[in-house]
Amino acid sequence: MTPPPRAARSAFRREAGASVAFIARNVHLVRRYWGWEMAFMVYAIAGAMSIALIGLDQGSQELVFSLMIGAVFWNYLSTVFSVIAEQIAWERWEGTLEYTMMAPVRRLSQLLGSTLFAVLYGLLHTTVVLLALVLFFGLDLSGADFGAAAVFMIAGSASVVGIGMMAAILPLIYVERGSQMTFVLQSLLLLVSGVYYSVEILPDWMQVLARFSPFTYVLEGVRQALIHGTPIDAQLDLLWPLVVMAALFIPLGIRVFGAAERYAKRTGKLKRVG
Amino acid sequence: MPAALPPALLADHVTKRFQVGRRKPPVIAVDDVSLRIERGEVYGILGANGGGKSTLIRLFSTLLTLDSGTVEVFGHDIERDEMAVKRHINRVSVDAAFFKKLSPAENLAYAARLYGLEVGAARREAVRILARLGIAESRLGRPLEQMSRGMQQKVAIARAILTSPSLLLLDEPTTGLDPRSRLDVQSYVEELRRSHEITVILTTHDLAEAERLCDRIGILDRGRLVAEGTPAELRMRVAAEKGLPPTMESVFMAYTGRSLDEDVEEGEAEEPG
Repeated sequence: MTPPPRAARSAFRREAGASVAFIARNVHLVRRYWGWEMAFMVYAIAGAMSIALIGLDQGSQELVFSLMIGAVFWNYLSTVFSVIAEQIAWERWEGTLEYTMMAPVRRLSQLLGSTLFAVLYGLLHTTVVLLALVLFFGLDLSGADFGAAAVFMIAGSASVVGIGMMAAILPLIYVERGSQMTFVLQSLLLLVSGVYYSVEILPDWMQVLARFSPFTYVLEGVRQALIHGTPIDAQLDLLWPLVVMAALFIPLGIRVFGAAERYAKRTGKLKRVG
Repeated sequence: MPAALPPALLADHVTKRFQVGRRKPPVIAVDDVSLRIERGEVYGILGANGGGKSTLIRLFSTLLTLDSGTVEVFGHDIERDEMAVKRHINRVSVDAAFFKKLSPAENLAYAARLYGLEVGAARREAVRILARLGIAESRLGRPLEQMSRGMQQKVAIARAILTSPSLLLLDEPTTGLDPRSRLDVQSYVEELRRSHEITVILTTHDLAEAERLCDRIGILDRGRLVAEGTPAELRMRVAAEKGLPPTMESVFMAYTGRSLDEDVEEGEAEEPG
């Protein structure tokens, strides 16, 4: 039976409020851990600068640009990935996992709230790093196609969100080792996605893995857009895999998360602290 | 004649097993338990450590799935209508589950949003409940990690109550609290049942607490419900059937085969959780 409009609106408001709960909670946590946030920010800026300075050392402005884009956009995508992937691990660590899972909230609303926070947090973090680098290196961005770069950011974020949701199940079903597995997965994405080099220099088997990483397409697309000013219609071969991955990974991530929750409830793994 | 309202909780032949090792047989945590808890009742669950009390509470909280049997909360099947059940219940566990770096106000705002409450109104209600439990509003802005365990547990109770649960699950809420905090919590539970239409399921190791607060008590031993009745009925039964003094300590010993002291010692030696 279709619910009456008022009931549907009320249910929508309740679920939207629940999504806001996760965003607001994470904002409060960031505020309470502001010292660590500053430390991570300084580390991210220093790390990105150190890598981009390799280009300066080689006397190539294009290499500086390429390395900087790698560092900055890896920072963004990996932040989005880790915030989503580690949401369960954080709750387990804090001891609140059972409380959150017991609340009358659809998992979709929870994942949506965590995802929105991850994207906003990642954008803010990355904007600061990007500004610091542009000011330090005095880069000329007048020929860049920011619109095309933004399209790759959006499509890339969506596909990374899907992978993040699937990775989030690891701490749910592997109490002790789940977070470590998530960390290893993130390391492998760094290795195969051509963050600081072309994927063509990788061994053949790693190049196969690179094709399944959305990071590969985002980084290549953003480099083309910002360094060479290549418009989006000339980069459709890089864009469509991202769109397909987003369309596949997000629904798959939600389904897999639901299945993992049922498994955790059957085996009692919501309770234990790793 | 109007149809009778369903009870607050109806558990029918509930069983839960856990596989603790690949080669070991499964451990039966809850074994064929059937319960009927009426609306407005305070029902106590007593039992030795590892007897299945917390597993039963987790099953009722939707945090575990049933291996067999059924549970209905106010007529809603706990598996088929999980979201409706979740709106009826809230739980306070032995360890106050909070983001300890956040303040009580921030944790309560999180809870309010999860349960679809207006944050400002929820805060006002929480302030009222906490004042009743002896915590001033001025404490609400400081991180929870700076509060004593007793105060944290009171915030946990306020968090549960402000969502107006029809069924409140209290899983050893006073364990480890100082006598004053314990008394505050017990008085508040008594006040709740007078002022709210609320049903409470309480697990505890404190036999005096169980006798003071509970209308009926069920005793779990190795996952099985081995006795049930009012505190007075249980005391009289052990006196009549087993020739023991009519005390709750005798009831506990008679149905679990151990004294409370042995149980507490063992519980302290066990890994928490």
